[in-house]
Order: sequence, then structure tokens, then C-alpha cells
Amino acid sequence: MNTLIASNQETTAEVRSDTEPVITFEGVSVRYRVPQERVSGIKEFAIRWLQRRISYEEFWALKDVSFQVSSGEVFGIVGRNGAGKSTMLKVMARVLQPTAGRVVMRGRLAPLLELGGGFHPELVGRENVYLNMALLGYSHDQTAQLFDSIVEFAEIREFIDAPLRTYSTGMVARLGFAVATSVRPDILLVDEVLSVGDTRFQEKCLDRMNSFQEQGTTIAIVSHSMATIADFCNRALWLDHGQVKAMGDVNEVVTQYTQ
Amino acid sequence: MLKERIRLAEEIYDSSKRPHPLIEEILALVKYKDLLVQFVSRSIKTRYKRSVLGVFWTMLNPLLTMIVLTLVFSSLFKFEVKNYSVYVLSGLVIWSFFSSTTSAAMGEMIWSGNLLSRIYVPKSVFAVSAIGTGLVNLVLSLIPLFLIALFLGVRLHLAILTMPLAILLLAAFALGIGLLLATAAVFFADMLPVYEVILTIWMYATPIIYPIEVVPEHLVWVLKLNPMYYLLEIFREPLFEGIIPDASMWLISAGAAIIALVLGGLIFTSKSNEYAYRI
Repeated sequence: MNTLIASNQETTAEVRSDTEPVITFEGVSVRYRVPQERVSGIKEFAIRWLQRRISYEEFWALKDVSFQVSSGEVFGIVGRNGAGKSTMLKVMARVLQPTAGRVVMRGRLAPLLELGGGFHPELVGRENVYLNMALLGYSHDQTAQLFDSIVEFAEIREFIDAPLRTYSTGMVARLGFAVATSVRPDILLVDEVLSVGDTRFQEKCLDRMNSFQEQGTTIAIVSHSMATIADFCNRALWLDHGQVKAMGDVNEVVTQYTQ
Repeated sequence: MLKERIRLAEEIYDSSKRPHPLIEEILALVKYKDLLVQFVSRSIKTRYKRSVLGVFWTMLNPLLTMIVLTLVFSSLFKFEVKNYSVYVLSGLVIWSFFSSTTSAAMGEMIWSGNLLSRIYVPKSVFAVSAIGTGLVNLVLSLIPLFLIALFLGVRLHLAILTMPLAILLLAAFALGIGLLLATAAVFFADMLPVYEVILTIWMYATPIIYPIEVVPEHLVWVLKLNPMYYLLEIFREPLFEGIIPDASMWLISAGAAIIALVLGGLIFTSKSNEYAYRI
């Protein structure tokens, strides 16, 4: 797969040179304020507030992180649990606002995080496709045009009018991937989800991601698997306690990280 | 080929160049309008999917309550209200719209926390779709209301043409309250049960099952402070009495609706950035 990406680099190089970076992080910090004792109720909060006893513990999930990713790059993010990898994807996905710093994302974004999270078990497959496409910001008409290609890719044609609760885990995951990647996005965010369904379907997913990347899609991947990162990415960033420990060529970063 | 044609115009998200949160939210809601439609149709479909009576439950539920209340109150307490059934049913229809939409606005938000922490959607979509679902159910329950009113000999006047405006004001008020509740619910886990208690008290402070005349003089101020009293009256009077309520009733209703909506919208959007940290 390394060779595949190497050959892609030449074709995407010219696209990349004349455009601005697709992902820009400028001194991005994210602070979580964790109440020292968990205050969950109104009564408890009122008592504590009256006693001036609410104190927060500050926790910086990301601290002064800066980097840029250009069009067509596959960017890997590695680090231990709690290093801030998922927080970084959430900031890219607009789910979290940075506490400080600036984030610029250029282009249409597709999150591939925990596939099938937006599905409803009582609705049939067809309704779920429309619901999930709407969650991703597509209109009903756009979904109608894409519907056949989604069902075909997910290979669930004969079950499309059955309630989702009757689907197997693999079928749900396939439908989730098919929906999230039904249109080639400019930026694809991938969080540990390359283990979709059986091996054959995984190949199919990787093929699709490769072809997106060839056409200029920027991919950001979070993974604990160094094999995935080394295979798939051309650049990587090592996050440690919310800070950039190393960044650069994927092989160098992976070598440093695994040492 | 097809896919390329569907590509949208380039979207740029810059965290340092965001408009006012309320404006950003309204623009995002317009963009995600198909999601609103999806949410409304989803909640209506899933509600009735496994039940035999289907959509008729919406109509039957207040009807059954009406029958029980009519029996209890007109025979036990001897309320001297002509067409008490119509009186109580119109009150119940309005109240169940308000209580179910405000609860759902808060509940949907909490239950969707998992989703909200993974992908971006305008967060008010849950509250707005709760109101939309409530409106569909309200319109459905107007059918039995009018049938019963006609059956019991209530003469319908042209005044009922003001009902859509009354419903609109009520919906705006419910949306504002729903947004305030959703904001509170993210910070306090016990907001749902607390609100249930508030709703019970609030319901008895609103003239739904009792006529206004039975309220003792020294407690009338409770009604006057209760926005739901005005919002209910502007809906019920045209149907029940065949008259258009005073301008003052309309003004107070509209004021309550606008204040709730603006306050709810501002507070909700100013806190909406904190949701992903909390849920």
C-alpha cells in the first residue's frame, strides 16, 4: 500500500501546490473544566454554590498545537490513550470549539467516527439512510440521487425495507460506511474504524478511501495500530499529553513513537 | 459522475471568524432543514409503528382523559360549565402540546448527547423538531376536538379563524421554554424529573380542568402571572365562546412568546459550545 500512496503523491502534487492548506491549526488549545467533585443535581449545585465550594480542575486536552495539512495528504495522529487524539478530531469536526487558537477547515467534511451511531433501530434501512444523510447535512433530493449507490455499496439491497434492529452488526457498519462516504468529501476524518465487517468489505472500504485520496481528499486518521498508520499515511503527528511531540514523515514519527 | 455533480460549493469553517452564535445557529438550522423534517417524521413514525391503533392514539389519548374528567368533575364537583367536555378537551389539547414539546426538547437533547459529541449538527434542531412533532400531533387532535364540539352543539363562529395565530404564539413560547430547559438539562442531570414536578404544579395553576370562575379572588394573581393562562385563553375562547379575546390577552401572549423565544435562543446558543464538553 505504501507504493500505492507513493505513486499518488505525484498525481496530487500539482493540485496541492497552488491551493491553501485544507486543515490549519494555529496554536490550538482545548481546556476541559472538570468539577472536582461530581455535581450532577440542581440541589447539590445550589448548596455548593451557596457555600462557594465549586472548584474546577482544569485539564488541557490540547495545548498550543499547530500544523497544516494540504490537499490529498493522509495525515496520521498517534499517541497514547488520553493524549488528545480524539479531541483533535472533534475540533476538526466542529464538535468542540478551541479554547484558544484558530482552526480553519476548507471544504466539505465527512466524519467516519464510530459508524452507524445515528441509526435508529425501529426505522427501516431506507429511512435510516435518509435520516443519516440529513445528519450529515445532505438534502432529501441529494440523498434520493445517491440512494442506489449507497445501498449497492453496503450490499444490503434485500434488507433495505427491514427495520434496522434486524440487521447484523456487520450490516450496520457497512451501511454506516456507505452513507458516510457516499459523496467524496474534501476532508475525511477516520477514528479507529478500519475494522469494518469482514476482510473483503475492509478491502472495499480501503479501496474507496484510496480512490478518494487520489482525487484530492485529505484524510486524517487516528489509530492505535502503527501498521495502519504506516501503511496508509504519508505524514504523522505524535501527540503526547495534548502537545506535539513529533511531526513529519510517517516512518520517522512511527519509529520514534514505537521506541 | 453523479457524485461529482452533487458536490456542494466550497465550505470554509474558520473558528476565528464566526458570526454571533444566535445568527450562526439560525443559518445552520436553515441549512439543515431536511434534518428537521427527518426528525419530525422519525418521531411520528416510531411512535406509531408498533401500535395497532397507530395515529388514532394521538386523538384517543386526550379523548379518554376528557371522558374521565367530565365524569369526575361534572358529577362529583358539579361544575356549572356548559359543554364542560369541550372546555376541558380544548385545555388538554393545548396543555399536552406544551408539556410534551418542552419535555421532548430537553429529552431529545440529552439522549442525542452521544451523537452530538461526534458530528456537528445545529443543536437546536432537537428543540425545533420537538415543536414540529408537537404541532403535527396538535393538528391531529384538533379533529376530534371539533367533531365533539359540533356533536355537543357548540356553534362555531368565524372567531375560530384566529386559532392558527394562537397556536403559533404557543409554539413560539414552547420553543423558548424548551431551549431554556435543554440548556439547563445539560448542566444538571436531574432536570427531567424536576421539570415533571414543575409541570404538574403548572398544570394546576392553569385553568384547564376547572373553570376560571371557581378560582378564589385572592388567588387570581396566580393566573395573571401565568403565561399559559393567556396562551390557553386565546385558543379556547374563540372555539368555546365564539368571541375573539381582548387585545390585551393577545398582547400579553405575544409578549410572553417573544420574550421566551429570544431569551431561550440567546441563552441556548451562548452555552451551546459547552455541550460537547459536558455530555
